[in-house]
Amino acid sequence: MSEIKKYTIGALVSNKSGVLTRISGLFTRRGYNIDSLCVCATEDPDVSRMTIILNGDEYLLYQMIKQMDKLEDVIKVGCANELDCVYRDLLLVKVKASPEKRSQIIEINEIYKAKTVDLSPDTMILEITGDPEKLDAFLKVIEPYGILEMQRTGVTVLARGAHTLKDRDCYGDHILKSHT
Amino acid sequence: MKMKGADILINCLAEQGVDTIFGYPGGTVLDIYDALYRNGKIKHVLTAHEQGAAHAADGYARVTGKVGVCFATSGPGATNLVTGIATAYMDSVPLVAITGNVGINFLGRDSFQEIDICGITIPITKHNFIVKDVKDLADTVRKAFYIANSGRKGPVLVDILKNVQVAECEYTPQKPVVYSPPAVPADSLAGIAKVINECKKPLIIAGGGVIAANASPLMMQLARKLDCPVAYTLMGKGSIPEDDKLCLGMIGMHGTLAAAKSLINCDTVIALGSRFSDRVALNRDKFAENKTVIHIDVDNAEIDKNVTSTLHVMADVCEALKTLMPLTEDKKRTDWQVKVAAFKKENAAKKNSSIRSYAIIECASRLAPENATLVTDVGQHQMWAAQIYKVNTPRKFCSSGGLGTMGYGMGAAIGAAKGSGAPSVLITGDGCFGMNMNELMTAVAQKTPLVILLMDNRVLGMVRQWQKIFYSRRFSQTNLGDRKIDYVKYAECVGAKGVYLGENDDIEEKLSYAFKTAVEENVPVLVDCIISPDENVLPMIKPGETYDKQIERMEDN
Repeated sequence: MSEIKKYTIGALVSNKSGVLTRISGLFTRRGYNIDSLCVCATEDPDVSRMTIILNGDEYLLYQMIKQMDKLEDVIKVGCANELDCVYRDLLLVKVKASPEKRSQIIEINEIYKAKTVDLSPDTMILEITGDPEKLDAFLKVIEPYGILEMQRTGVTVLARGAHTLKDRDCYGDHILKSHT
Repeated sequence: MKMKGADILINCLAEQGVDTIFGYPGGTVLDIYDALYRNGKIKHVLTAHEQGAAHAADGYARVTGKVGVCFATSGPGATNLVTGIATAYMDSVPLVAITGNVGINFLGRDSFQEIDICGITIPITKHNFIVKDVKDLADTVRKAFYIANSGRKGPVLVDILKNVQVAECEYTPQKPVVYSPPAVPADSLAGIAKVINECKKPLIIAGGGVIAANASPLMMQLARKLDCPVAYTLMGKGSIPEDDKLCLGMIGMHGTLAAAKSLINCDTVIALGSRFSDRVALNRDKFAENKTVIHIDVDNAEIDKNVTSTLHVMADVCEALKTLMPLTEDKKRTDWQVKVAAFKKENAAKKNSSIRSYAIIECASRLAPENATLVTDVGQHQMWAAQIYKVNTPRKFCSSGGLGTMGYGMGAAIGAAKGSGAPSVLITGDGCFGMNMNELMTAVAQKTPLVILLMDNRVLGMVRQWQKIFYSRRFSQTNLGDRKIDYVKYAECVGAKGVYLGENDDIEEKLSYAFKTAVEENVPVLVDCIISPDENVLPMIKPGETYDKQIERMEDN
């Protein structure tokens, strides 16, 4: 078995009811372990875009892409080349912030380029975007103040340059090239 | 032309060349059945249970190569199809299942006989549709047929709401879109041809894909050209004549010794339309270890799924062989053939011919009409049939391989007979027959020329065999001896013929009568074949074991 790591899979799927069920059902029954799934609208109203973070080895990656590719509602699916993509995740976190702690938190915000989007006598809501690692690092620093609740959008990804998922070959990616 | 949704459906089925539908009416398909009645051209086979309809459509599809069609009403009608759809899915059989559902105003309100059949069948269909608007109906039905019969074939379900069936819409007839397989990657095949030409000891494994792609003649041509022996998987039975010099018989858990030894000794495995299931690649990591594995399959996801290939091509087997053929060299592989002949000789010498089930099946194989289809249920009798019964042409064998559906046989035998216009021979066991024996009523109603060989051992033989091997003979719930059924009387009471074949009776005489009666009188004939509960299926390779660990006899019976 090859090394277990995180892979980013992008998919264009038809924007119909039931598509998410078909795809998430596929992951469940075939035992694919996913860390994050982000679904959103695209420039084409008939098409949605999914970004999936798979935690697994290369075998699972190939299987997942090939099995997804067989679904009628999947228009295009491929693995993102991590060196050639922009990754963004958005985090909203509500922290305990008594008046005497506020300035410390704002200082951390400045370093991480996070924003304060809500303030109450005892709490603050902070907003930060960036690649997942940056958000993890930020959370680690914020954690000691006391996290009341938080939400992340999941990872969204676009390839740099003129490439789009739409015009790429299904397996046109560097990881899969050797395979087909 | 403006017409009701139900009529559009029937017209679309006619467009696709559907001549026979298997089904069962009910509340939410009344309009569809009314349209069918008014159409009057498409035959309908009314089964005893929707499961029988799904299996019959499956049997019809396997023998004809066309898409099988079944109808069921909403709720329990739809859920009763599920096992049949799953069976077709696992064996890549093209099927379109049409279900009715409650009207849109009742949908999602737990209405009477409402079920989310699309949700239920997602994992067991290639795709499914719920039609909520009559405007989408015609194209959805057309698409369903296209999906079912393209690429790796499989079942598609179309759930049609009641309001769609009664709503009117413009209908314009269309010719079906013919599926053309994707272009074959010539470069990859050139590489494969090079390896094949250089190898000394090739072995072809013919899977169900060879039959699905109608590639048997090409495969035979390739085998002759390469002087290469062929082992078939259960799903590939019929792809090579059994008495052909190159035929090794079945490969797998209960495959032949000749196939196992050839696999162990070959240098190159050429797998055609086979998915290396765990009944073939019992130990997937050690299967064909250190050998060149060439895998040709129409489903990209099968490539390197269970067994890692050295070279592979994602292609329709027929198209791939067309391209591959001129690139391969005519070669006599005499040394290899001498070895293979020795394996086959050893195989013949070790074959245990004393068991009665072999004698019965061998006799049936001899006496059955040339054009008959062999249908089996699942278990010991299925493996005996696969080992002994001679199926010399493609599409003359129906068996539930992937799902292993007990109770498959009765429905499939009816569907196969309808599709082929030829008699069916059903080899079943008392366990399997008990599951769907109600369909004997259907076979009588349909005047199906059908001989049922009921291997009656009063036990669930295959489960019992496993209990002997793996559970120290603790025969938990595998004894059917307390049942007091008289199968001959049962057959007669539903209007079929019954024949009792006792352990000392003359097989030839009873079976001759059975075949003669079934064919001449167009009636199902059930032969209650009494066999010992302790006949085993051998040889056997235990799950997870390698091909050198074939068990040839069971010491402690």
